[in-house]
Amino acid sequence: MSNGEDLVDTLRRFNLFADLDRAQLEAIADPDSERSFATGERIMRRGMSGTGFYVILDGEATVTLGGDELNRLRQGDFFGEISTLLDEPLTADITAETPVRVLEIPGPRLKAFLISYPQVMYRILVTEARRLQEVLAWRS
Amino acid sequence: MAVVEGVHPPGEYPVVVVGSGPGGLQTAYALSRLGVEHAVISQDDSPGGMFRKWPIYQRLLSWTKPDAPYDRSSREYEWYDHNSLIADEPELRATVAAEMDRTYMVPSCAEMARGLVAFAVRGGVQVRYGCRWESTRREDSGYVLVTSDGEYRCRAVVFALGVTDPWKSPIPGIEDVPHYAETPLAREFQGKSVLIIGKRNSGFELADGLEPWARQIFLVSPRPVQTAVLATATVRVRYFEPLEDASWGGGTFALDAAVERIERTESGGFRLQAAGTTRPGPITLEADAAIAATGFRTPIQDLRELGLATVADGRIPALSPYWESTTLPGVYFAGNTMQGAAGLRKNGVGSASGTVSGFRYNARLLAQEIAKRLGHKQEWQQLGRDEIVAFVLTELRAGPEIWTQKGYLARAVYPDGSTGIVPLAHFLDHCETGSIAVTIEMNAEGEIYPVAYVRMGEEIDERALPTHPLNDFGGDEYRRALESLV
Repeated sequence: MSNGEDLVDTLRRFNLFADLDRAQLEAIADPDSERSFATGERIMRRGMSGTGFYVILDGEATVTLGGDELNRLRQGDFFGEISTLLDEPLTADITAETPVRVLEIPGPRLKAFLISYPQVMYRILVTEARRLQEVLAWRS
Repeated sequence: MAVVEGVHPPGEYPVVVVGSGPGGLQTAYALSRLGVEHAVISQDDSPGGMFRKWPIYQRLLSWTKPDAPYDRSSREYEWYDHNSLIADEPELRATVAAEMDRTYMVPSCAEMARGLVAFAVRGGVQVRYGCRWESTRREDSGYVLVTSDGEYRCRAVVFALGVTDPWKSPIPGIEDVPHYAETPLAREFQGKSVLIIGKRNSGFELADGLEPWARQIFLVSPRPVQTAVLATATVRVRYFEPLEDASWGGGTFALDAAVERIERTESGGFRLQAAGTTRPGPITLEADAAIAATGFRTPIQDLRELGLATVADGRIPALSPYWESTTLPGVYFAGNTMQGAAGLRKNGVGSASGTVSGFRYNARLLAQEIAKRLGHKQEWQQLGRDEIVAFVLTELRAGPEIWTQKGYLARAVYPDGSTGIVPLAHFLDHCETGSIAVTIEMNAEGEIYPVAYVRMGEEIDERALPTHPLNDFGGDEYRRALESLV
C-alpha cells in the first residue's frame, strides 16, 4: 500500500466496519479484493451488468449521468450495492477523480458477505435509509 | 564503468525490457515483430525466469494437451496449450507441447523451462544476461535504469519481474518461520507435524507435496477456501487431496483463523495463537515445523520512491488497462504482474493475467501499444463490410485470445473495417461510435457465453448472447444476433 498502512488498519477506521473485531477485519481484508484506478479511469460504467459492491479505500470519485455530476464519493463511501442487489445494470458512471483504491466484494458473493457480517448490513441499511430520507425530503 | 561488449550494451534505447522469464521473452519477441528497437536485460544467466526453480514440489497447473482438435502449428491450438509462448511462425509455436512426455496433462517444471528456452533460442530473442537492474531515475524524456553493467536511458520501460519476492504477512514471530521459497525437500518432513500459514495456491501445493511424508498438516489463514470458485479454477488440483483429507477428518486441517502470534517451543517446534474467523474462538496449535506460504510480491525495488502505486496490500503495481503504472507514465509491467490490471471482473470472474496462458496475449497488446505511442505505423487486419459477421463468428468459435482471457480481452471491429484484440476496459471507454467488440464470458454459475458491446454515441449496448451445449458460437442463432448489431 502506498502509504505503508495495511488493509486491516484502513478498514478499521471506516464507519461501515466499526463493529468488527480484528479477526473479522482480517477475513474481509483480502489483498486480492483491492483494486486500483488511475485519475480519469472509469470505475463503473452505466448500462453494464455483473458488477459488485465497492468501498473506497482512498481517493475521490464522481458519480455522473450524461455530463451531470450527481455525487462525489470519498474514503469510506461505498457504491454498487443497488445494481448488485437488484441484479440490474448500473444507472450511472463512476469515475476516479484522483488515483482511487477500492475494496471489492464481487456481486455473486455480496449476499453471503452481508449474511456473514450482519453488523455491516445494519450500517449499510442506515446509510440507505438516510439516502431515502434525503430523496423524500427533496420531493416533499 | 559501463560494460559495452555483448548484446544490448548500456546506452539509450526507446524501450528497455527487464526480465527473461516468459513475460520478458514474449514482450521482447512482440516488440521485435513490430520493429521497435529495444534492449532486454536480465539478472539471470539463462531464460525461463521462475520456472527454473518453481513450483517446488509440483508440476505446473495449466494444461498443455499435446493432441487437440486443431493442429499444433495453428493459432487455434493455443487454446489447448496454456503454457507455450505465442508466435506468428509455426516453428515457434507450441514449444512446451513438443517437450511433454505425456505422463500428465500439465508440464513438469523442467518441460516448461525447456519449452521457454526453445522459444528464446529459435525466436532469436536477444537478452543481456547477468545484468542486474539496481536503481531507477526519472528524467525529462523518460527513465534511467542503473544496472550492474552501466546506465540505460529509455522512453518506456517494461518490467517483467514476476511476482517472485517472498512476502510474509506482518504476524509477530513470523520472522522465525521459513518462507515457501526456502522449503527443503519433502522427505525432511517425514513423521513431522507441519504448520502452513496460508491457504492459497502455494500453501496447498506444499500440503499436497507433504501429504505422503508429514504426520499431520495444519493450514491456517483468515479466509475460508472458496470451494465454489475452486471448482472451476485451474489451481484445484492442488487442493484435492489436502481438502479431501480434511473433510474426512484425517491428518490435515484447513482452519479459518487470524494468526495473532507464532513462537518457538522449547523442543524446537512452533506454537501458534490464533482467533477463529468462520467459527469464532481462540485456537492454539503446536507443530514440529512451520512454513509461511503467505505469497509473493513484485520486486519493485526503488519504484515506490518514484511514486509507483500498488494494489494487493502493496504487493503488485496498480496498472491501467494497457498495463502501464497508474502513477508513473511510461512504466509498464509484463508477465504475471499484469494481474495488477484487474479488468472489469464481471460477475467476480478474474482474468488469466496471472498465468502464461493469459499474459502472453497481454504482452502482444502491450508491445502494440508501446509501438503506437512511439509513433510506429502498424498494419491492422482489414475486413470488408460483408466479411465482418463471418469473421466475428469464427473468432467466437475458436479465437484463443478471447477464449483464454474471458471478459478481459475483446475482439474489436472498428467502423473503418480494421480489427484487433483490445483490453475490454479500454474499448468501453475509448472506442469511437459504430465500433463493436465481442468477448467470451463466464457467469458465477460457470456458464460460458459470448457478449457483444456496441458503441452508439455515449452509450454502450451490452448484449449477452445465449449459451450453447457444445460452446459452438458460430451457428445461425449467433449469426442473426450479430447481423442485427453490426
